[in-house]
Amino acid sequence: MAHRAVPLARWPGSGAATLVGALILGALAAVALRAEPGQGLGAADWAAVRFTVLQAVLSALISVALAVPVARALARRRFAGRRALIALLGAPFILPVIVAVLGLLTVFGRAGWISTALGWLGLPPVQIYGLHGVVLAHVFFNLPLAARLILQGWQEIPAERFRLAAQLGAGPRDIWRLLERPMLVRVVPGAAAVIFAICLSSFAVALTLGGGPRATTIELAIYQAFRFDFDLGRAALLSCVQIALTVAAALVALRLGRGDGFGGGLERPVQRWDANTRGHRVLDGSLIALAATFLMLPLAAIVTSGAPGLAKLPPSVWQAALNSVLVALASTAALLGLAVPMAATIAAGRGGAVELAGLLGLAVSPLVIGTGLFVILNPLTDVFALALPITALVNAVMALPFAMRILVPRARQVVAQNGRLALSLDMRSTFFLLRVLLPRMRAQIGFAAGLAAALSMGDLGVIALFADPERATLPLQVYRLMGAYQMQAAAGAALLLLALSMALFWLLDRGGRGHVEA
Amino acid sequence: MLKLEGATIRNGPFEVRADLAIEPGRRVAVIGPSGAGKTTLIEGIAGFLPVTQGRILWRDQDITHAPPGKRPVAMLFQDGNLFAHLSIAQNVGLGLRPDMRLNAEQKERVAGALARVGLTGKEARKPAELSGGQQSRAALARVLVQARPLLLLDEPFAALGPALKHAMLDLVTELSEETGATLLMVSHDPADARRITDRIILVDEGIAHPPRETGPLLDDPPEALRAYLG
Repeated sequence: MAHRAVPLARWPGSGAATLVGALILGALAAVALRAEPGQGLGAADWAAVRFTVLQAVLSALISVALAVPVARALARRRFAGRRALIALLGAPFILPVIVAVLGLLTVFGRAGWISTALGWLGLPPVQIYGLHGVVLAHVFFNLPLAARLILQGWQEIPAERFRLAAQLGAGPRDIWRLLERPMLVRVVPGAAAVIFAICLSSFAVALTLGGGPRATTIELAIYQAFRFDFDLGRAALLSCVQIALTVAAALVALRLGRGDGFGGGLERPVQRWDANTRGHRVLDGSLIALAATFLMLPLAAIVTSGAPGLAKLPPSVWQAALNSVLVALASTAALLGLAVPMAATIAAGRGGAVELAGLLGLAVSPLVIGTGLFVILNPLTDVFALALPITALVNAVMALPFAMRILVPRARQVVAQNGRLALSLDMRSTFFLLRVLLPRMRAQIGFAAGLAAALSMGDLGVIALFADPERATLPLQVYRLMGAYQMQAAAGAALLLLALSMALFWLLDRGGRGHVEA
Repeated sequence: MLKLEGATIRNGPFEVRADLAIEPGRRVAVIGPSGAGKTTLIEGIAGFLPVTQGRILWRDQDITHAPPGKRPVAMLFQDGNLFAHLSIAQNVGLGLRPDMRLNAEQKERVAGALARVGLTGKEARKPAELSGGQQSRAALARVLVQARPLLLLDEPFAALGPALKHAMLDLVTELSEETGATLLMVSHDPADARRITDRIILVDEGIAHPPRETGPLLDDPPEALRAYLG
């Protein structure tokens, strides 16, 4: 081979991709074969399909509609703490869903802060359960994501364009028409599609805030068919519906997520000459304050309501916490074992199929893959005894698409910078991998590991399917305490979960940046 | 003797054809307009681009399909000639052992090469801690320990100022004289070509012409070269 780009063996990446492909496609095939289409979808199932789509549409539209003014305010203003606030917008991604739900309940629930305040005024308490509760939680998670995506769109408008616009005497309205509206037309549909796709496979939110015939998502219906009716045929059929929806939404999101930019700029710091009136500043300032409050309040609620319960947590919580940490670490190790070789193979330029395998995780939801694995494994072994290892594995597979987005660009960059030099020096594949690629990807590997660990730590999906009373992870234990109305203990356990998730993320991400290369 | 026998080097949709020979020990400038195929020619000889027709011979041995690391070639690229996360000594050592397992004698050769280019005392530094000129010297030290008979330069000093660039080219000349290596360097500057080379390969519109003597060629340039020199 006279024209390879880099000395990297292909088989580790191809092998990892084959494993991932076999696992996901195997689960899909198992679900498809096990489904009993003869019965068709009942009225309750159709209601679940309608509710799933409705809540996802509402969540996406509301998140994006609120995110546009917040992103504009963040794009136009410079203030102390701006970077911290933008970093905080990334936090909900690794925030355990059950923790956020408990926080939202403490603020917006029947006995929550807002209802209490309304009671002083003689007004009835707010209702959080049902469609609006589910949408509220989804907006809490996805408004920050939308704001980040849209803010990125704003920041990709080169500084030169703003300078040119200012030179032409353009006011806020002209800037909107010339620069901002075209950017939003390009960015907003992609952001909405991503949020729609995420909310389609909502399980934990629907489990805790939805339920009943009028607020059940397909994922929740799969869980109920599996867990309460033990109707595997129906669970499999619902899984097929879920797959069709997720794949369609993922394809739309991937397509809309691309698009042409504004052309390059010279990366000058953006300086704005418009929107400098007092009115604009007050408007932007209030928007930023409102958004920050909406994000911080539930977290503050968890800390204040959880701290008193922390000292007297039942032993079951500590056991669950240990389980969760072990699952998260195993899941992170599995993720790295798959993602790093796959990223290396893709960077070496011979990974079309590997790249596809990295995206496969977007096509399945945890409950679907859990159902599929149960169909495959149940005849062979006691699946419930394997609840924790299966959870770790499924978590790794679900985190894979995110890890690939972090690892692949850096791997490509390292290969582009060092590949030919390594080839001309006759470097071996193993040496290049261990002594060049991995050291130079350390920060990205640490970040991906941190994300994977936090996601796994907070996951309330497959574990709910397979857990028996003796085996629980911390999120499941919080859910059980909530179900038993032990709210004090639930809040304490949620605070512990929050602390452990953030600590794992921080440690791994930090570890990656330990030796910042000069 | 390096021979390209009716060789066609492919670079995506673009091709360069070369039918020429370079005598051992010569210092040759590769000159021509942008996009004419200078880098394609060099990368084809180095083994980074495929040869779709003809052959490349080194001392009558066919190296047309040899991988880059198995050719008698040491190459300096436009950039990225050092691994940013390895020390200067480690970078130079890679020229001897691509797995960095050096014995005492090899370590001494690394120290000797660093001394030869004036970098004694900088062994433990990372490339980013050195100036641009020092980084070029470190890369040359590696070329020195590689001791390959064919040295290819794809404008590695383009980012340096004029005085530093001349100093580097003089150092290259000295090193190639000491080792007897054949030198092939892409150049945009006829003054550089005059300064250190004795032959010129003119590359124009996808054809690499056989080498001609530097002085006479630049004094009386043919049509294509005259258009380029202006």
